[in-house]
Amino acid sequence: MNDKCHLELTHVNIDFPTDTGPFRALEDVSLKIDKGEFITLIGHSGCGKSTVLNIVAGLHRATAGGVILNGREVVEPGPERAVVFQNHSLLPWLSTYENVELGVKQVFKGKKSRAEMRDWIEHNLELVHMSHARDKRPDEISGGMKQRVGIARALAMQPEVLLMDEPFGALDALTRAHLQDSLMEIHASLGNTVIMITHDVDEAVLLSDRIVMMTNGPAATIGEVLHIQLERPRERLALADDARYNHYRSNVLKFLYERQKRPEESGEADDAAAPGTDDPREDVKPENIALRVVGS
Amino acid sequence: MQTETTLNKYQAYDLKFMDRLLTFLSSDQRSGGARRLVQAVGVPLAAVALFLMLWSVLAAKVQTSLGQLPGPAKVWEQALVLVDEHQAARAKEAAFYQRQEKRNAEKLAANPNAEVRIRPYTGAPTFFDQILTSLVTVATGFLIASLIAIPIGIVTGMSQTLYAAFNPIIQLFKPVSPLAWLPIVTMVVSAVYVSKDPLFAKSFLNSAITVTLCCLWPTIINTAVGVSTVDKDLINVSRVLRLPWLTKTMKIVLPSAIPMMFTGLRLSLGIGWMVLIAAEMLAQNPGLGKFVWDEFQNGSSNSLARIMVAVLVIGFIGFVLDRGMLLLQRKFSWDKSAITR
Ligand SMILES: Nc1ncnc2c1ncn2[C@@H]1O[C@H](COP(=O)(O)OP(=O)(O)O)[C@@H](O)[C@H]1O
Ligand SMILES: [Mg+2]
Repeated sequence: MNDKCHLELTHVNIDFPTDTGPFRALEDVSLKIDKGEFITLIGHSGCGKSTVLNIVAGLHRATAGGVILNGREVVEPGPERAVVFQNHSLLPWLSTYENVELGVKQVFKGKKSRAEMRDWIEHNLELVHMSHARDKRPDEISGGMKQRVGIARALAMQPEVLLMDEPFGALDALTRAHLQDSLMEIHASLGNTVIMITHDVDEAVLLSDRIVMMTNGPAATIGEVLHIQLERPRERLALADDARYNHYRSNVLKFLYERQKRPEESGEADDAAAPGTDDPREDVKPENIALRVVGS
Repeated sequence: MQTETTLNKYQAYDLKFMDRLLTFLSSDQRSGGARRLVQAVGVPLAAVALFLMLWSVLAAKVQTSLGQLPGPAKVWEQALVLVDEHQAARAKEAAFYQRQEKRNAEKLAANPNAEVRIRPYTGAPTFFDQILTSLVTVATGFLIASLIAIPIGIVTGMSQTLYAAFNPIIQLFKPVSPLAWLPIVTMVVSAVYVSKDPLFAKSFLNSAITVTLCCLWPTIINTAVGVSTVDKDLINVSRVLRLPWLTKTMKIVLPSAIPMMFTGLRLSLGIGWMVLIAAEMLAQNPGLGKFVWDEFQNGSSNSLARIMVAVLVIGFIGFVLDRGMLLLQRKFSWDKSAITR
C-alpha cells in the first residue's frame, strides 16, 4: 500500500430533504483509497451504497465532510471519475461506437486527432470484446453486451477512478463470470482505481483488494473493512478450494446476515422468537445470497 | 428472401393489414394458419360488408327533403360523376387555353407587333381542386404551427422559468375551440394583410391561420413534456462527461424527446384536419368544407350522395395523413415501438 493517499472520503454526511424533514442517509463515512486499489462496497439494499458512489462521482454533494481526489476537493462530476451506471444508461439512439465516441470526443478534444480517437474507441471496444457490434444500437444487443459497452465508454474516458454501481446486477451468472474476468484483466493492465458496488459476496471477494461493508440505514456508515490478501491474478476455480477465500466469504456473510440483519428480518426474527432458533445461519436465506459462480 | 423483401416493403407503408396477410403467407407452420387468415382478412372484410349492408338498409328508410338518404350504390355512382366532372372541367380548361393560343398566333401572323395576352381560366373549382386546396391549407397551417411550437416546446421544457411564463397562456388557449378564433383571424387578416397583388388569397390565410392556432397546443405540450422528462441517468451521463450545453441538448435532450414530439405532431395534424373542414364550411373558404356546404345549399337530389363522397374522402385523407406522420416518426425516431392504432 502506498503511503500517499489518492482518494479520500472524510466524515461524509448527507441529508436528503423529504416531506417529513431531512433524511440522513449517510453519517460519518470515512475511507482512504490508494491509487489502483479495487474497492467493493457491499451492504443491504437501501443502505446508501449508491449515495456514496454518487458523492464520489460528484453527482450528489455531501451535507458535511467531503471527498478529496489527488489533493483537490470533488465539487462536481467530471470525466476523470467515470461512472458505469447500474442500468448501463447508453443513449438508445446511438450505436455502440457512437456511445463510446461521445465520451472520447469530450475528453480528448484537441488532444487526439480524428484517427487517433477512432483507434482509441476501437481499442476500448476490443478490450470489452465488443468490436463485432460496433454499429449496433443498444436495443439490438443483449444486457451483458450493453454493460460491456457501458464499461468501454467509461474506460475510454481514461478515468483515474472507475465508479461502478452494481454493474453486473441484472446479468445471468455465466455472463457475470465472463465480465468479472474481463474486468480483472482490464484492471490488471490499466491500474485504475475502482469502486464497485455489488450484492454478490463471491464477486466482492474475487475482485477486491478491500471489501467495504456498510451498516443499514438510516445514517448508514462503514461497518467493517475486509482486506482480501489473495495474490493476483486470481483464478476463480482455484479459489473455490482455497481456505482463505472461504474464510473471507464467510466473514462477509456473517457481517451481512448476522450483524446487519435487515430491519424487516430482525422484526421477523423477533416475532417468531422461539427459543433455540438463534442459529445465525437461519438468517442466511438463500434468496439473500447472490448466485454463486465460483466453484459451483 | 423474396418474401422478406416484399414484407419489408409493405411494412414501410405500414399497412397493418398487409403485414398480417404476409406474415400469414410466409409463416412456415400452417397449423392455426386458417384462423389467422380469417383474423387478418376475413374479419375486416366481413365488418365492411356488414357496414355497407346496414347502411343501405337503414338509408332506404330515411326520407329527407332532398329525397331518400343515399345508400352505398348511389354514393359510388356520385363518386364516378365527380371524377367525370373533374375531367370535363380539365378538358374545358385545356380547350380554353388552346383557343387563346390559336387566336394569338393568328393575330401575330397578321401583325407581328400586335399585343397578345393569355387570360386565365376561371371555371368553378371541381371536387378534386377543393381536395387539393384543403391539403395545401392544412399543410401550410400545420407547418407554421410546427415551426413555432417545437422551439417553444423545447425552451419551455428546458427552463422552469420559461415554463412558468408560458404555462398560463398555453393552459388558457388550449381548450378554446379554434372556430372561435375564426372571426378574430378574419378581421385581423383583413386589417393587416393589405396588398395590391396578394401572394395568397385572404381566405387561404384565414383557414391556414385557424389550423395553425389549433395545431400549436398539442405540439408545444408534448414537446415540453418530452424535453423535461429526459431519463435522469442520461442527464447524469452528460454531467459526468461535462458536456457543453449545446452538445447536451443536441445529443441527449432532443433525441430523447423525439417520440413525444411526434406524438404531439400527430395529434396536431389530426385536429388541424378536422378543424379545417369546419372552418371552410363556416367561413365559405375554398376547400372540401366549402364543397360540402355548397352541395348542402344547392339541395339537388344528388347533393346528399355527393356530401357523403366528401365525408368518406375526408376520413380517408385524415387516415393517410396520420399514417404519413407515423411513417415519418418511424423514420426519424429511435424508438421503433410507435403505436399504430
Ligand atoms: N435523492 C434522494 N432523495 C431522498 N432520499 C434518497 C435519495 N437518494 C437516496 N435516498 C435514500 O437514501 C437511502 C440510500 O439509498 P441508496 O444509496 O440508493 O441505497 P443503495 O444503493 O445502497 O441501495 C435510501 O433510504 C434512499 O431512500
Ligand atoms: Mg443502489
